[in-house]
Amino acid sequence: MMKVGLDIEKIRAEFPTLRQKIGNYPLVYFDNGATSQKPQVVIDRISRYYEQENANIHRGVHHLSQISTDNYEAARKTIQTFIGAKHAHEVIFTSGTTEGINLVAESYGKLLQPGDEIIITEMEHHSNIVPWQMLAKERNLQLKYIPLNDQGELKWEKLEGMLTNKTKLLAFTHISNSLGTINPAKEITAIAHKNGTKVLLDAAQSLQHTKINVQELDCDFMVFSAHKVFGPTGAGILYGKEEVLNEIPPYKGGGDMIKSVSMQQTEYNILPFKFEAGTPNIIGGIAMATALEWLDELDYAAIIEHEAELLHYATERIKEIKGVTIYGNSAQKSSILSFLIDGFHPYDIGTLLNQQGIAVRTGHHCTQPVMEYFGIPGTIRASFSLYNTKEEIDLFITALKKAINMLQ
Amino acid sequence: MSIEEKEAALIEDFSIYDDWMEKYEYLIELGKDLPLIEPSLKTDERLIKGCQSKVWMNARMENGKIVYTADADAIIAKGIIALLVHVLSHETPQDIIDAKLNFIKEIGLQEHLSPSRSNGLVAMLKQMKLDALALNATL
Repeated sequence: MMKVGLDIEKIRAEFPTLRQKIGNYPLVYFDNGATSQKPQVVIDRISRYYEQENANIHRGVHHLSQISTDNYEAARKTIQTFIGAKHAHEVIFTSGTTEGINLVAESYGKLLQPGDEIIITEMEHHSNIVPWQMLAKERNLQLKYIPLNDQGELKWEKLEGMLTNKTKLLAFTHISNSLGTINPAKEITAIAHKNGTKVLLDAAQSLQHTKINVQELDCDFMVFSAHKVFGPTGAGILYGKEEVLNEIPPYKGGGDMIKSVSMQQTEYNILPFKFEAGTPNIIGGIAMATALEWLDELDYAAIIEHEAELLHYATERIKEIKGVTIYGNSAQKSSILSFLIDGFHPYDIGTLLNQQGIAVRTGHHCTQPVMEYFGIPGTIRASFSLYNTKEEIDLFITALKKAINMLQ
Repeated sequence: MSIEEKEAALIEDFSIYDDWMEKYEYLIELGKDLPLIEPSLKTDERLIKGCQSKVWMNARMENGKIVYTADADAIIAKGIIALLVHVLSHETPQDIIDAKLNFIKEIGLQEHLSPSRSNGLVAMLKQMKLDALALNATL
């Protein structure tokens, strides 16, 4: 099929949540960094599963169990293709990005020795900080941070100097959830690999905006959440290179992750089941694949162009407002606009925007080190997705001016 | 006026506004009348946890009744705490502990503030009641 541009009106029509009013105002949903809305095809897939297919997987010999298992494993293959993984068994189903990172910290962490080092960055979401802090404390490791600069970019030039023969992992976000900065994942991964350091890429903010190919990026681990990519909550992926996943121990014990269990010992199952103990979020996995298939039918180049246009337009229009400061001014930036208005509390602005049907996020966005760097308690964040429009940005700016007016 | 009477008066005050803007403008105005906490009492211990903005509160006894003073760094949070202080201040600890505070729902504050923000309101209320419990024990 030829992919030509984006028909935004047609796309919007596929999202029932977007067709509603908040009070007397049409909903303007600019909290896509937190979660995306769901297209009808994903909602229908979830209903169909519970109406016609529900059964536990990998266990039954009966008809429904076989259908469920086939669909779940087909979903794994769809996701494998979507992210460009070499094998389907390199795709591990998780409950989301946070679980994926915790899995690596728990499992890969068991191979680390006191004195070993992990490098993360000042830009990370708390979910890519806290598991490493916990691990560092438990195993006596050293945790180092790549620092930020005033543009909200990372000082990657420091990386080579920070890498030592004890640096066992570099974990960093592809796109910053609070600043929008896009990190040069491929180049950074290559630098780490030259040192023999493994790389975990947090792609929670990426897949909805840009195409990712894990083999091209060459990262050892990659994590993301379905709900930020038009899929359901409570489902996500840990991608890991086959040889790395084979090397690291299981994370949770239980059913499905075993080959055999006796009272003395357990023989673990092969990949990917070794990491998937217990009944998983079956429909979460299946509907995630539906969402990615839906996304794959769109033209990624057109999505990138449309979102860049939205970001540019919003950035220009917000500059009309006196005293505005934008946090995150990298030239490589995703469609996230984080800002403050001098003299106004983000909570007040957010509350009055909400009264006018505008959904934004206020606060520290689970990135307190970023806020600490800029010396602010939080920001107002408008994050745009492929279904947003310039007309919505106009409504947002009008509402913002009205809020400021009321608070003066 | 008893707590219930003050609540009833507030419900009536708010009922004349059918537009959210007027309601919030009124709330912002109320914030300006908040009995302010002394600057020296604006310490971390008096910060209420669970609010997105900074809210400080102090409770002291005066002739068997509690007097609350507070401040907030966000204007709307200041309006909300002013409402609570207006209703609960100058009442006995026992009356404060027993207060049902149905007015919050009635004037549409809970309905209009999203859950994470209404947690702020809940946190403020919880702190006021905890202070009343603590001061009641000293009686």
